[in-house]
Amino acid sequence: MADTAPSLEDLLVAVGREQDRLAFGALFGHFAPRLKTYLRRLGCESGAAEELVQEVMLLVWRRAETYDPAQASASTWVFTIARNKRVDSLRREQRPEIDPSDPALVPEADEPADRRVEARQSNDRLRAALKDLPPEQAELLRMAYFEDKPHSVISAEHGIPLGTVKSRLRLAMDRLRKALRDVA
Amino acid sequence: MSLPSHHPGDTLLIDYAGGALCEGASLVVATHMAFCPCCRRMVGEMEAVGGALLDDLEPDSVSPDCLDALLARIDRDESLRPPPCRPALQPPAPQRPAHTPTTAARPIIPEPLRGYLGGGLEGKRWRFLQPGMAVIDLRTGSSAVTRLVRMKGGVAAPQHTHGDIELTVVLEGGFSDELGSFQPGDIAIGDPSIEHRPVADPEGCLCLSATIGGLRLTGPIGRILNRFMDF
Repeated sequence: MADTAPSLEDLLVAVGREQDRLAFGALFGHFAPRLKTYLRRLGCESGAAEELVQEVMLLVWRRAETYDPAQASASTWVFTIARNKRVDSLRREQRPEIDPSDPALVPEADEPADRRVEARQSNDRLRAALKDLPPEQAELLRMAYFEDKPHSVISAEHGIPLGTVKSRLRLAMDRLRKALRDVA
Repeated sequence: MSLPSHHPGDTLLIDYAGGALCEGASLVVATHMAFCPCCRRMVGEMEAVGGALLDDLEPDSVSPDCLDALLARIDRDESLRPPPCRPALQPPAPQRPAHTPTTAARPIIPEPLRGYLGGGLEGKRWRFLQPGMAVIDLRTGSSAVTRLVRMKGGVAAPQHTHGDIELTVVLEGGFSDELGSFQPGDIAIGDPSIEHRPVADPEGCLCLSATIGGLRLTGPIGRILNRFMDF
Protein backbone atom coordinates (compact mmCIF):
# COMPACT_ATOMS: atom_id res chain seq x y z
CA MET A 1 0.00 0.00 0.00
CA ALA A 2 1.39 3.39 -0.94
CA ASP A 3 1.95 5.41 2.19
CA THR A 4 3.21 8.55 0.52
CA ALA A 5 -0.05 10.50 0.59
CA PRO A 6 0.17 13.38 3.10
CA SER A 7 -1.87 12.86 6.25
CA LEU A 8 -4.80 15.12 7.13
CA GLU A 9 -2.56 16.65 9.78
CA ASP A 10 0.14 17.46 7.17
CA LEU A 11 -2.50 19.05 4.96
CA LEU A 12 -3.89 21.17 7.78
CA VAL A 13 -0.40 22.36 8.76
CA ALA A 14 0.28 23.27 5.11
CA VAL A 15 -2.90 25.35 5.02
CA GLY A 16 -1.87 27.09 8.23
CA ARG A 17 1.72 27.81 7.21
CA GLU A 18 1.42 28.51 3.50
CA GLN A 19 -2.26 29.06 2.77
CA ASP A 20 -1.87 26.02 0.51
CA ARG A 21 -5.06 25.82 -1.57
CA LEU A 22 -4.34 22.38 -2.94
CA ALA A 23 -4.00 21.06 0.59
CA PHE A 24 -7.21 22.86 1.51
CA GLY A 25 -8.99 21.25 -1.43
CA ALA A 26 -7.87 17.82 -0.23
CA LEU A 27 -9.07 18.59 3.32
CA PHE A 28 -12.39 19.73 1.90
CA GLY A 29 -12.66 16.49 -0.08
CA HIS A 30 -12.27 14.49 3.11
CA PHE A 31 -14.21 16.54 5.62
CA ALA A 32 -17.01 18.30 3.71
CA PRO A 33 -18.99 15.10 2.90
CA ARG A 34 -18.65 13.90 6.52
CA LEU A 35 -19.57 17.29 7.94
CA LYS A 36 -22.65 17.26 5.74
CA THR A 37 -23.70 13.90 7.20
CA TYR A 38 -23.00 15.24 10.69
CA LEU A 39 -25.19 18.30 10.13
CA ARG A 40 -27.97 16.31 8.49
CA ARG A 41 -28.06 13.95 11.46
CA LEU A 42 -28.54 17.06 13.57
CA GLY A 43 -31.61 17.94 11.54
CA CYS A 44 -30.33 20.23 8.76
CA GLU A 45 -31.94 20.13 5.31
CA SER A 46 -29.51 19.27 2.52
CA GLY A 47 -29.12 22.87 1.28
CA ALA A 48 -28.74 24.36 4.73
CA ALA A 49 -26.27 21.62 5.61
CA GLU A 50 -24.05 22.56 2.64
CA GLU A 51 -24.13 26.22 3.59
CA LEU A 52 -23.08 25.34 7.09
CA VAL A 53 -20.36 23.01 5.77
CA GLN A 54 -18.99 26.02 3.89
CA GLU A 55 -19.03 28.09 7.07
CA VAL A 56 -17.19 25.38 9.01
CA MET A 57 -14.57 24.93 6.27
CA LEU A 58 -14.10 28.71 6.09
CA LEU A 59 -13.27 28.67 9.81
CA VAL A 60 -10.87 25.77 9.17
CA TRP A 61 -9.11 27.94 6.57
CA ARG A 62 -8.97 30.99 8.83
CA ARG A 63 -7.86 29.21 11.98
CA ALA A 64 -5.48 26.65 10.44
CA GLU A 65 -2.54 28.75 11.70
CA THR A 66 -3.50 27.91 15.28
CA TYR A 67 -3.63 24.15 14.69
CA ASP A 68 -1.04 22.18 16.69
CA PRO A 69 -0.64 18.55 15.58
CA ALA A 70 0.84 17.61 18.97
CA GLN A 71 -2.43 18.58 20.67
CA ALA A 72 -5.08 16.99 18.48
CA SER A 73 -5.63 15.03 15.30
CA ALA A 74 -7.02 16.97 12.34
CA SER A 75 -10.39 15.20 12.74
CA THR A 76 -10.60 16.14 16.42
CA TRP A 77 -9.77 19.75 15.64
CA VAL A 78 -12.32 19.96 12.81
CA PHE A 79 -14.93 18.25 15.01
CA THR A 80 -14.61 20.93 17.70
CA ILE A 81 -14.97 23.71 15.12
CA ALA A 82 -18.04 22.05 13.59
CA ARG A 83 -19.59 21.43 17.02
CA ASN A 84 -19.18 25.05 18.10
CA LYS A 85 -20.46 26.36 14.79
CA ARG A 86 -23.60 24.22 14.88
CA VAL A 87 -24.36 25.15 18.50
CA ASP A 88 -24.08 28.77 17.39
CA SER A 89 -26.07 28.44 14.14
CA LEU A 90 -28.66 25.77 14.90
CA ARG A 91 -29.28 26.41 18.59
CA ARG A 92 -28.39 30.11 18.70
CA GLU A 93 -26.34 29.65 21.83
CA GLN A 94 -22.77 30.40 22.73
CA ARG A 95 -20.34 27.64 23.50
CA PRO A 96 -18.59 28.37 26.83
CA GLU A 97 -15.00 27.10 26.80
CA ILE A 98 -11.96 27.56 29.00
CA ASP A 99 -9.16 29.79 27.78
CA PRO A 100 -5.96 27.70 27.85
CA SER A 101 -3.86 30.85 28.39
CA ASP A 102 -5.97 32.16 31.30
CA PRO A 103 -3.67 32.79 34.31
CA ALA A 104 -6.63 31.85 36.55
CA LEU A 105 -6.55 28.28 35.20
CA VAL A 106 -5.50 25.80 37.90
CA PRO A 107 -2.41 24.16 36.40
CA GLU A 108 -1.72 20.46 36.11
CA ALA A 109 0.45 19.19 38.97
CA ASP A 110 2.90 17.48 36.66
CA GLU A 111 2.68 16.73 32.98
CA PRO A 112 3.83 13.16 32.35
CA ALA A 113 6.34 13.15 29.53
CA ASP A 114 4.62 10.36 27.62
CA ARG A 115 1.30 12.23 27.58
CA ARG A 116 2.15 13.97 24.34
CA VAL A 117 2.26 10.95 22.14
CA GLU A 118 1.48 11.83 18.58
CA ALA A 119 -2.22 12.59 18.47
CA ARG A 120 -2.32 10.79 15.17
CA GLN A 121 -1.07 7.48 16.54
CA SER A 122 -3.47 7.51 19.45
CA ASN A 123 -6.20 8.39 16.96
CA ASP A 124 -5.51 5.19 15.02
CA ARG A 125 -5.82 3.16 18.23
CA LEU A 126 -9.00 5.04 19.09
CA ARG A 127 -10.64 4.21 15.77
CA ALA A 128 -9.76 0.55 16.16
CA ALA A 129 -11.25 0.56 19.67
CA LEU A 130 -14.43 2.23 18.36
CA LYS A 131 -14.91 -0.62 15.88
CA ASP A 132 -14.57 -3.15 18.72
CA LEU A 133 -17.21 -1.57 20.97
CA PRO A 134 -20.31 -3.67 21.65
CA PRO A 135 -23.04 -2.40 19.29
CA GLU A 136 -25.31 -1.10 22.07
CA GLN A 137 -22.47 1.03 23.45
CA ALA A 138 -21.43 2.34 20.02
CA GLU A 139 -25.04 3.19 19.21
CA LEU A 140 -25.49 5.25 22.38
CA LEU A 141 -22.20 7.01 21.82
CA ARG A 142 -23.32 8.09 18.33
CA MET A 143 -26.61 9.38 19.72
CA ALA A 144 -24.73 11.36 22.38
CA TYR A 145 -22.53 13.06 19.78
CA PHE A 146 -24.92 13.40 16.86
CA GLU A 147 -28.40 14.09 18.25
CA ASP A 148 -27.96 17.27 20.28
CA LYS A 149 -29.63 15.58 23.23
CA PRO A 150 -28.13 15.19 26.69
CA HIS A 151 -28.07 11.63 27.99
CA SER A 152 -31.13 12.16 30.21
CA VAL A 153 -33.22 13.04 27.14
CA ILE A 154 -31.82 10.10 25.16
CA SER A 155 -32.90 7.87 28.04
CA ALA A 156 -36.44 9.27 28.10
CA GLU A 157 -36.96 9.31 24.32
CA HIS A 158 -35.61 5.86 23.64
CA GLY A 159 -37.10 4.23 26.72
CA ILE A 160 -33.69 3.10 27.97
CA PRO A 161 -33.38 3.40 31.76
CA LEU A 162 -31.11 6.30 32.78
CA GLY A 163 -28.82 3.95 34.72
CA THR A 164 -28.34 1.80 31.61
CA VAL A 165 -27.56 4.84 29.44
CA LYS A 166 -24.99 6.03 31.96
CA SER A 167 -23.32 2.67 32.45
CA ARG A 168 -23.10 2.00 28.70
CA LEU A 169 -21.54 5.40 28.03
CA ARG A 170 -19.12 4.90 30.93
CA LEU A 171 -18.11 1.44 29.74
CA ALA A 172 -17.59 2.74 26.21
CA MET A 173 -15.53 5.68 27.46
CA ASP A 174 -13.41 3.41 29.69
CA ARG A 175 -12.42 1.33 26.71
CA LEU A 176 -11.75 4.30 24.45
CA ARG A 177 -9.72 6.05 27.13
CA LYS A 178 -7.60 2.95 27.54
CA ALA A 179 -6.95 2.93 23.79
CA LEU A 180 -6.00 6.62 23.86
CA ARG A 181 -3.76 6.40 26.91
CA ASP A 182 -2.05 3.04 26.46
CA VAL A 183 1.17 3.22 24.58
CA ALA A 184 1.19 -0.46 23.71
CA MET B 1 -5.24 25.44 45.91
CA SER B 2 -6.18 21.80 46.24
CA LEU B 3 -7.80 20.12 43.26
CA PRO B 4 -11.57 19.53 43.21
CA SER B 5 -12.95 16.30 44.64
CA HIS B 6 -16.48 16.44 43.16
CA HIS B 7 -16.48 16.03 39.36
CA PRO B 8 -19.15 16.06 36.61
CA GLY B 9 -18.42 12.42 35.65
CA ASP B 10 -18.23 10.75 32.24
CA THR B 11 -21.81 11.18 31.06
CA LEU B 12 -22.07 14.89 31.77
CA LEU B 13 -18.63 15.50 30.26
CA ILE B 14 -19.69 13.59 27.12
CA ASP B 15 -22.79 15.82 26.89
CA TYR B 16 -20.46 18.82 27.12
CA ALA B 17 -17.80 17.52 24.70
CA GLY B 18 -20.40 16.45 22.14
CA GLY B 19 -22.19 19.79 22.33
CA ALA B 20 -25.57 18.50 23.57
CA LEU B 21 -25.43 20.33 26.90
CA CYS B 22 -27.21 23.69 26.92
CA GLU B 23 -25.23 26.91 27.32
CA GLY B 24 -25.93 27.47 31.03
CA ALA B 25 -24.96 23.94 32.06
CA SER B 26 -21.94 24.11 29.74
CA LEU B 27 -20.82 27.28 31.50
CA VAL B 28 -20.87 25.48 34.86
CA VAL B 29 -18.95 22.49 33.45
CA ALA B 30 -16.37 24.76 31.75
CA THR B 31 -15.92 26.71 34.99
CA HIS B 32 -15.26 23.46 36.83
CA MET B 33 -12.71 22.57 34.14
CA ALA B 34 -10.82 25.78 34.85
CA PHE B 35 -10.26 24.36 38.36
CA CYS B 36 -9.71 20.76 37.25
CA PRO B 37 -6.84 19.65 34.97
CA CYS B 38 -8.13 16.06 35.14
CA CYS B 39 -11.51 16.93 33.62
CA ARG B 40 -9.79 19.12 31.01
CA ARG B 41 -7.86 16.07 29.91
CA MET B 42 -11.01 13.92 29.87
CA VAL B 43 -12.84 16.44 27.68
CA GLY B 44 -9.85 16.51 25.32
CA GLU B 45 -10.16 12.73 25.01
CA MET B 46 -13.90 12.94 24.46
CA GLU B 47 -13.32 15.47 21.69
CA ALA B 48 -10.92 12.97 20.13
CA VAL B 49 -13.80 10.46 20.25
CA GLY B 50 -15.94 13.07 18.46
CA GLY B 51 -13.24 13.40 15.81
CA ALA B 52 -13.05 9.64 15.31
CA LEU B 53 -16.86 9.36 15.10
CA LEU B 54 -16.90 12.18 12.53
CA ASP B 55 -14.29 10.33 10.47
CA ASP B 56 -16.39 7.16 10.55
CA LEU B 57 -19.55 8.85 9.26
CA GLU B 58 -20.85 7.77 5.86
CA PRO B 59 -19.88 10.64 3.50
CA ASP B 60 -22.82 12.49 1.91
CA SER B 61 -22.45 13.95 -1.59
CA VAL B 62 -21.59 17.63 -1.63
CA SER B 63 -22.45 19.60 -4.77
CA PRO B 64 -19.40 20.07 -7.00
CA ASP B 65 -19.48 23.87 -6.93
CA CYS B 66 -19.43 24.03 -3.13
CA LEU B 67 -15.62 24.08 -2.96
CA ASP B 68 -15.35 26.61 -5.81
CA ALA B 69 -17.83 28.92 -4.13
CA LEU B 70 -15.85 28.64 -0.90
CA LEU B 71 -12.52 29.35 -2.61
CA ALA B 72 -14.04 32.39 -4.31
CA ARG B 73 -15.19 33.57 -0.90
CA ILE B 74 -11.72 33.05 0.51
CA ASP B 75 -10.28 35.08 -2.40
CA ARG B 76 -12.61 37.97 -1.61
CA ASP B 77 -11.66 37.63 2.04
CA GLU B 78 -7.95 37.77 1.31
CA SER B 79 -8.25 40.79 -0.95
CA LEU B 80 -9.98 42.67 1.86
CA ARG B 81 -7.34 41.69 4.37
CA PRO B 82 -4.59 44.23 5.08
CA PRO B 83 -1.19 43.22 3.69
CA PRO B 84 0.43 40.49 5.78
CA CYS B 85 1.61 41.92 9.03
CA ARG B 86 0.89 38.70 10.78
CA PRO B 87 3.50 37.70 13.36
CA ALA B 88 6.22 35.32 12.23
CA LEU B 89 6.33 31.71 13.38
CA GLN B 90 6.62 32.50 17.07
CA PRO B 91 3.84 34.75 18.30
CA PRO B 92 4.80 36.59 21.46
CA ALA B 93 3.71 34.80 24.61
CA PRO B 94 0.62 36.35 26.16
CA GLN B 95 1.58 38.97 28.70
CA ARG B 96 0.93 37.79 32.21
CA PRO B 97 1.15 39.94 35.27
CA ALA B 98 4.63 39.62 36.80
CA HIS B 99 3.18 38.06 39.92
CA THR B 100 -0.36 36.77 39.83
CA PRO B 101 -2.15 38.23 42.82
CA THR B 102 -3.51 35.24 44.68
CA THR B 103 -4.98 36.70 47.82
CA ALA B 104 -5.73 40.27 46.77
CA ALA B 105 -7.91 39.52 43.78
CA ARG B 106 -10.32 37.11 45.46
CA PRO B 107 -12.50 35.57 44.37
CA ILE B 108 -10.81 34.11 41.34
CA ILE B 109 -13.20 34.20 38.39
CA PRO B 110 -11.78 32.16 35.51
CA GLU B 111 -12.79 32.25 31.86
CA PRO B 112 -15.31 31.67 30.39
CA LEU B 113 -17.28 32.93 33.40
CA ARG B 114 -15.26 36.17 33.56
CA GLY B 115 -16.41 37.02 30.04
CA TYR B 116 -20.07 36.43 30.98
CA LEU B 117 -19.61 38.89 33.84
CA GLY B 118 -17.96 41.46 31.60
CA GLY B 119 -14.64 41.15 33.41
CA GLY B 120 -15.40 40.52 37.06
CA LEU B 121 -17.65 41.22 40.00
CA GLU B 122 -16.82 44.87 40.53
CA GLY B 123 -19.84 47.14 40.25
CA LYS B 124 -22.25 44.26 39.67
CA ARG B 125 -25.69 44.64 41.14
CA TRP B 126 -26.86 41.73 43.31
CA ARG B 127 -30.53 40.85 43.48
CA PHE B 128 -31.97 39.95 46.89
CA LEU B 129 -33.39 36.43 47.09
CA GLN B 130 -33.79 35.81 50.81
CA PRO B 131 -31.96 37.12 53.89
CA GLY B 132 -28.25 36.38 53.44
CA MET B 133 -28.68 35.22 49.86
CA ALA B 134 -28.32 37.28 46.67
CA VAL B 135 -27.88 36.47 42.98
CA ILE B 136 -26.67 37.90 39.68
CA ASP B 137 -28.56 36.52 36.69
CA LEU B 138 -26.52 35.62 33.62
CA ARG B 139 -27.73 35.42 30.02
CA THR B 140 -27.20 31.90 28.71
CA GLY B 141 -29.94 31.00 26.26
CA SER B 142 -33.41 29.85 27.18
CA SER B 143 -32.89 26.29 28.44
CA ALA B 144 -31.43 27.07 31.82
CA VAL B 145 -31.62 29.66 34.57
CA THR B 146 -28.00 30.56 35.21
CA ARG B 147 -26.90 32.71 38.09
CA LEU B 148 -24.12 33.57 40.44
CA VAL B 149 -25.26 32.93 44.01
CA ARG B 150 -23.77 34.51 47.13
CA MET B 151 -24.65 33.18 50.57
CA LYS B 152 -23.53 34.51 53.91
CA GLY B 153 -21.89 32.10 56.36
CA GLY B 154 -24.37 29.63 57.88
CA VAL B 155 -27.24 30.64 55.61
CA ALA B 156 -29.33 27.78 54.27
CA ALA B 157 -31.03 27.67 50.88
CA PRO B 158 -34.60 26.39 51.10
CA GLN B 159 -34.97 22.62 50.94
CA HIS B 160 -35.77 21.70 47.35
CA THR B 161 -35.79 19.10 44.61
CA HIS B 162 -35.29 19.50 40.86
CA GLY B 163 -37.46 19.35 37.74
CA ASP B 164 -34.49 18.15 35.70
CA ILE B 165 -30.92 18.95 36.66
CA GLU B 166 -29.19 21.64 38.67
CA LEU B 167 -25.43 22.07 38.32
CA THR B 168 -23.53 24.15 40.85
CA VAL B 169 -19.83 24.94 40.96
CA VAL B 170 -18.25 26.61 43.99
CA LEU B 171 -16.02 29.63 43.29
CA GLU B 172 -15.19 30.71 46.81
CA GLY B 173 -15.96 29.47 50.32
CA GLY B 174 -18.12 26.39 50.31
CA PHE B 175 -21.39 24.69 51.24
CA SER B 176 -22.58 21.37 52.57
CA ASP B 177 -25.72 19.38 52.01
CA GLU B 178 -26.99 15.80 52.26
CA LEU B 179 -24.52 14.77 49.53
CA GLY B 180 -21.31 16.16 50.95
CA SER B 181 -19.14 19.17 51.40
CA PHE B 182 -18.31 21.33 48.38
CA GLN B 183 -15.21 23.50 48.09
CA PRO B 184 -13.89 25.78 45.30
CA GLY B 185 -13.94 23.98 41.96
CA ASP B 186 -16.26 21.22 43.19
CA ILE B 187 -19.38 20.58 41.13
CA ALA B 188 -22.68 19.48 42.72
CA ILE B 189 -25.31 17.74 40.60
CA GLY B 190 -28.95 17.82 41.63
CA ASP B 191 -31.65 15.80 39.85
CA PRO B 192 -35.28 14.80 40.50
CA SER B 193 -34.15 11.98 42.80
CA ILE B 194 -32.28 14.38 45.08
CA GLU B 195 -33.80 16.53 47.78
CA HIS B 196 -31.36 18.78 49.59
CA ARG B 197 -30.87 21.85 51.72
CA PRO B 198 -27.47 23.43 51.03
CA VAL B 199 -25.96 25.36 53.95
CA ALA B 200 -23.11 27.83 53.40
CA ASP B 201 -19.84 27.22 55.28
CA PRO B 202 -18.99 29.72 58.05
CA GLU B 203 -16.89 31.84 55.64
CA GLY B 204 -19.84 32.09 53.23
CA CYS B 205 -20.16 30.79 49.70
CA LEU B 206 -19.98 32.13 46.17
CA CYS B 207 -21.10 29.73 43.46
CA LEU B 208 -22.40 29.52 39.92
CA SER B 209 -25.49 27.46 39.25
CA ALA B 210 -27.50 26.46 36.20
CA THR B 211 -30.98 25.01 36.65
CA ILE B 212 -32.80 23.14 33.91
CA GLY B 213 -36.45 22.32 34.51
CA GLY B 214 -36.82 24.51 37.59
CA LEU B 215 -36.71 23.81 41.30
CA ARG B 216 -39.48 22.70 43.62
CA LEU B 217 -39.32 23.78 47.24
CA THR B 218 -40.15 20.87 49.52
CA GLY B 219 -39.91 22.22 53.06
CA PRO B 220 -43.16 22.91 54.99
CA ILE B 221 -43.04 26.65 54.23
CA GLY B 222 -41.39 26.17 50.87
CA ARG B 223 -44.41 24.26 49.58
CA ILE B 224 -46.44 27.40 50.03
CA LEU B 225 -43.68 29.73 48.84
CA ASN B 226 -43.37 27.72 45.59
CA ARG B 227 -46.35 29.58 44.21
CA PHE B 228 -44.97 33.00 44.91
CA MET B 229 -41.22 32.91 44.71
CA ASP B 230 -38.73 32.70 41.91
CA PHE B 231 -36.08 30.36 43.29
